[in-house]
Amino acid sequence: MNWGGLLLVMILLSSLVPGLIIFALPEKSNRPRTVLNLGGALFKLLLILLMNVGIYQGRHFTVRWQLLPGLELLLNSDPLAALFSTLSTVLWLLTTLYAVGYLEQSPNRRQFFGYFSICVTVTVGIALAGNLLTFLLFYELLTLTTYPLVTHRGTREALAAGRVYLVYTLSGGAVLLVAVAWLQVLAGPVEFGGPPVAASLGAAHEGQLMALFFLFIAGLGVKAALVPLHGWLPRAMVAPAPVSALLHAVAVVKAGVFGIVRLVHDVYGTQFAAGLNLLAPLTILASLSIIYGSLCALREDDLKKRLAYSTVSQLSYIVLGVSVAGPLAAIGGLVHLVHQGLMKITLFFCAGNLAETLGVHRISEMRGIARRMPVTMAAFSVGALGMIGFPPMAGFVSKWYLGMGALAADRLWVVAVLVVSTLLNAAYFLPILIKAWFTPPDCSWSEQGGRGRVETRWMLLAPPLLTALLVIAVGLLANAQISPLAWVKLIVGLEYGP
Amino acid sequence: MADAAFWAICLVVAPLFFAISSFVRGGLAHVFGPLAAWLNALAVLGLTVSFARSGPLRYAIGGWQLPLGINFRIDGLCVLMLAMTAVTGLAVSMYALGYFSLRIGSARQMSRHEQQRLFFWPLWLLLWAGLNGLYLSSDLFNIYVTLEITGLAAVSLTALSGKPAARLAALRYLLVSLLGSCSYLLGVALLYRCYGILDMAALSRLVSPGPLLWCGLALLTAGLLLKTALFPLHFWLPPAHANALAPVSAILSGLVVKASFYLLLRLWGEVFAQVLPPAAYVLLGALGCGAVLWGAAQALLQKRLKMLIAYSTVAQLGYLFIALPLIRLDPGPAARQAVVLLILSHACAKSAMFMAAGSIFLKAGHDRIADLAGIKEVLPVSSFAFVLAGVSLMGFPPSGGFVGKWLLLGVSLAGGQWWWGMMLVTGSLLAAGYVYRVASRLLVFKAPFFSRRQAIPPVMEWSAVLLAVLAMLLGLLAGSPLELLAAGNQVFSPAGLEVLR
Repeated sequence: MNWGGLLLVMILLSSLVPGLIIFALPEKSNRPRTVLNLGGALFKLLLILLMNVGIYQGRHFTVRWQLLPGLELLLNSDPLAALFSTLSTVLWLLTTLYAVGYLEQSPNRRQFFGYFSICVTVTVGIALAGNLLTFLLFYELLTLTTYPLVTHRGTREALAAGRVYLVYTLSGGAVLLVAVAWLQVLAGPVEFGGPPVAASLGAAHEGQLMALFFLFIAGLGVKAALVPLHGWLPRAMVAPAPVSALLHAVAVVKAGVFGIVRLVHDVYGTQFAAGLNLLAPLTILASLSIIYGSLCALREDDLKKRLAYSTVSQLSYIVLGVSVAGPLAAIGGLVHLVHQGLMKITLFFCAGNLAETLGVHRISEMRGIARRMPVTMAAFSVGALGMIGFPPMAGFVSKWYLGMGALAADRLWVVAVLVVSTLLNAAYFLPILIKAWFTPPDCSWSEQGGRGRVETRWMLLAPPLLTALLVIAVGLLANAQISPLAWVKLIVGLEYGP
Repeated sequence: MADAAFWAICLVVAPLFFAISSFVRGGLAHVFGPLAAWLNALAVLGLTVSFARSGPLRYAIGGWQLPLGINFRIDGLCVLMLAMTAVTGLAVSMYALGYFSLRIGSARQMSRHEQQRLFFWPLWLLLWAGLNGLYLSSDLFNIYVTLEITGLAAVSLTALSGKPAARLAALRYLLVSLLGSCSYLLGVALLYRCYGILDMAALSRLVSPGPLLWCGLALLTAGLLLKTALFPLHFWLPPAHANALAPVSAILSGLVVKASFYLLLRLWGEVFAQVLPPAAYVLLGALGCGAVLWGAAQALLQKRLKMLIAYSTVAQLGYLFIALPLIRLDPGPAARQAVVLLILSHACAKSAMFMAAGSIFLKAGHDRIADLAGIKEVLPVSSFAFVLAGVSLMGFPPSGGFVGKWLLLGVSLAGGQWWWGMMLVTGSLLAAGYVYRVASRLLVFKAPFFSRRQAIPPVMEWSAVLLAVLAMLLGLLAGSPLELLAAGNQVFSPAGLEVLR
């Protein structure tokens, strides 16, 4: 194995090993567990930075493990992999910090943090997967490792949600398995990053390739929560806040969307897929999800559920951007992969703070809550305004590029979808902000104790504050050389040519 | 370093010797048994190493050459089956060591437990010798003898539990086993009448279609199907496997049913592959589909944990039969590799599952699935082993089951017979369903679980976990065992046949 390959394996091991050790530690040893968690997260971040520097210098890391001839696992560091793995690693570090604070007194932390670490290993594995088989491996493992997190509370409701979650994701996984096996029969092992294999198959297989594309979308769409496959997502809200944050920003939903990006860019190739008229239905599906998700969000009074439906809507921006088949829209979509993650994780951290500190779960209970928790609500506002697309925040950059891309591709109705969606975003986020900031508090909430010197424990306060700052930073500094936007432009440049 | 033939002889003689020793000196049975297990593992290691170095081999026992004598044939499939038996058998033996060292219940229960221990080791070692002999033999009649030894030992082990349900199941198992053997023996006799030789490699050269061959083959196959419990001949399996003692269940489900399937694979995949019509394979495949559906549906309905696992065996055996038409379809080695991987990974996973279930049974005092919630608190390692084994039965990556399923799926899609592949995928979803039924209760934590004060020895918990981990990692490590398989395949034309000419 070469040094670059070792780096990739180390990136996976840096969270897998702490996870396994955590399982072996007794429940009571909190300090070693926290040290392991944060140490592992920091070490992983360091390794990821190393990898990014390497990619910047034009190096390319791969590692292969052959199961059988023609059947091998491949880890690969292309810029898209770097984008997603960096996002996962940064947000994992913050979420770990948050989770340590959040679960301070709750039982079964060993199980929680054990699965938590392994879950991140798997997510980064999805990012680094260099061929379809490896992607499938980690994609399926993600289902297994997130299930115990979703059902962590062990209540009847949590178990029911877990069952729905498994039914959806396992069926999706089975469909994906068939699709991957079928494509492998047609084209041999499918590696990412080279010329798209589907395009090279020629006209004889066009019918099969078209059927396969929809099979892939059906398999990946479950985790990506495309309407009508989104049913599990709002129910999975019973999970503890850090899990919801991770699920919605990085782990599960992003895995599905990332798979769709891989499918369009690396397996089919945008030009080829557009040539087969495969992308237009995807655009329509994404638009439907955007509008439907927002409409559902309007109806919900439960804060986390509203955020969940908002995820359904916002995720489809990414799919929309990829499916419009133009470089500008693709930039908008891919950069939203990062931006949506930052904004959504902020919102969920804040929702968790409200629930943990004041026992507030519903929007109707949030009257004047900003006076009691100004910092949390400030972070929440940044996330919400970003989602709506106020400049100069992250969401604005995404929407700007998406809109420009739609115009460039002559799809005026996509622009209309974006406008309607923005109005709907405003319609379900602004009332929360108005209620929190501008109505007098009725102080009906119950203090849950554990109040620190500031409005809540610093471990709960620091992560949303940091991510909120990031939301502003990636928007303001979008043109800086190391911003997500610059990185995404590099990726799209590779796909569409300079 | 001794050669492969030496190790092969050891593999039959050593378990027999220790079986007799542990019967004669019952007080030392718990020493002899594990010792035999370790020696067996050593011998298989030696055999594998020398096989990898020098390739396939025939060994004429006592120097008697083919038309008269009985040959051992050592090829890749044989070595893999022996290795599977050695690894799983070793784990089960370690588990049994812990199991029979338990001090349980009243004086009366204790004396029965002691009795069971005295009989377990000789019977298990006898069974082991039978299995090793079966995998090594190349002669159909010699295989009948080993099959009979295996069957009778398995029946006695089933009856060991002593509960009325177990005795009834054992009686039924005995009748089925004898009927199967009889049918097999009749088939062998007909074949001998036709060709005057019973060596498998020789037969594969000689066979030509004809009514006598069909009759003989039908009898052989029927007997083996009965013993393999292919749907709808599976009726005897669930009660027998579910009511036996925990280590016995692991042996029966993990190893014994594999022996008769291995023979079917030899006969249908190699010896008679040239003459059998494709429709016959399709029939077996269709029955396999029935097994997958019926077994899984029954597993979904069961109230008792061990019954659920036993029905899961019925379903998993269905996979192996679905692979048969695909072996016929596939010009390359993929389908054959897949079925071997499925056999190996099911042996590990199912044994681990029964072992974990045995520990759970002892700790909880019952195995009602509905009342098992919270047992994770008192038995974390075994619960984990059970879930991990279940995940590998579901064919989740990177388990051996996954790679096997993947290969078969590829073969079925490439060959245009996609329905077999769809069946495999449906089967894994159903498996996910019944594993989930248990796992959702095992993994959840709730109020402290009221359990017996019975302490489960760590060796029982850890042997199950290691086996489950092995099943899970088998997919990642699949390359080297399958290389062995290929090594045996290329040189299938046996040297001993030259004598025949």
